[in-house]
Amino acid sequence: MSGDHDHDDHHHAMPSDPALRTRALESLLVEKGLVDPGALDAIVDFYQNEVGPRNGAHVVARAWSDRSYRDWLMDDASAAIADLGYTGRQGEDMVALENTPDVHNMVVCTLCSCYPIPVLGLPPVWYKSAPYRSRAVIEPRTVLSEFGLNLPENVEVRVWDSTAELRYLVIPMRPEGTEGWDETRLSELVTRDSMIGTGLPLSPGDVA
Amino acid sequence: MNSAHDMGGMHGMGPVMPESDEPVFHAEWEGRVLACFFAMNAWQRWNIDRGRWFRELTPGPQYLNSTYYEIWLDALARLAADARLVTEDELASGRPAPDTEPRAPTFTKEKVAPALRRGGSARRDTGPGEARFAPGETVRARNIHPRTHTRLPRYVRGREGVVDRVHGVFVFPDSNASLAGEDPQMIYSVRFTAAELWGEDAPNPEDKIFVDLWDSYLELA
Repeated sequence: MSGDHDHDDHHHAMPSDPALRTRALESLLVEKGLVDPGALDAIVDFYQNEVGPRNGAHVVARAWSDRSYRDWLMDDASAAIADLGYTGRQGEDMVALENTPDVHNMVVCTLCSCYPIPVLGLPPVWYKSAPYRSRAVIEPRTVLSEFGLNLPENVEVRVWDSTAELRYLVIPMRPEGTEGWDETRLSELVTRDSMIGTGLPLSPGDVA
Repeated sequence: MNSAHDMGGMHGMGPVMPESDEPVFHAEWEGRVLACFFAMNAWQRWNIDRGRWFRELTPGPQYLNSTYYEIWLDALARLAADARLVTEDELASGRPAPDTEPRAPTFTKEKVAPALRRGGSARRDTGPGEARFAPGETVRARNIHPRTHTRLPRYVRGREGVVDRVHGVFVFPDSNASLAGEDPQMIYSVRFTAAELWGEDAPNPEDKIFVDLWDSYLELA
């Protein structure tokens, strides 16, 4: 807010506060019959309740515990993820990226905010913001260290810039000490950031 | 267009600020903006690429000083006016023009969840069947600077990389954003070394940056 609001008011009846501007635009669209208010509620509800990183955690835990599923996921991520029921907008064409002792993957969208919504939900603010978008491709290890992830020099960092309609899901390495764990228990170790590549999964000790 | 949205490799944007227990929306209006945008998409007067382009058309200083959903809000108003679904006068007054016959929205609440679960792939089975480049081939991103929408980031233009995989044929955003047709093209995942992109300033020259690039963006190196 610039404080010079008498200038603005001469030009527009539209207020500068985004909440008020949103209300003004929404009511105009509703009055013109361009949007159904019930549909707006349903869209908000969908993004708050239907999608989120628990979906992605399910995919990762299945890949950790079922070798043939892991192979399918690496070969055709769209089909393997759809098989668990996670489909839709911004997840139509998926690619899975598997971390190994030698390779660490991380995902960015330098041009906007592309993100695999069916498996991770809407992106966090930091993912959409200038610092991450500008720096992930030029100093990925510094960015990772700010997330508390310090990789050895001999691990190759692979940064994936989501410039097209392919959406990337990182499959982190299965934590040690989880032998014999079932899929549900494993999924509790899978964090959102570990599936973007800016974090690691939790350790068994973290959830004990 | 070479605008503020194309941020890869820029300095001076500050630290990444992760937030613990981040809510899906930080204020109610953010969800309403997203919802209005998606509900208006259903009129099919624009497409996802045009939506991105209109967000990029936000003037640079404003783009960098706006929150994400403020950019979406402003872009939606401009898209709706551009598509003549609303007028500039209506946006300014917040009221429908006196002679307006209200429409009946066809994207009703029961259609929402099925539509969002279905999505709509940009993959096409039309267009070139053959890939021009094979995995392992060295290619160069063209040094082009279109004033309209493009998904070729500045930081790879003129740089050489290796085709890592061929994704298949997809809608070409540069054409689609201008409502000039889908012009489906092959997309290649191109692997660049940090050394190629950042020269001697690459902190780890052997790190890799993978960028998905349409056929029109590439030439044989």
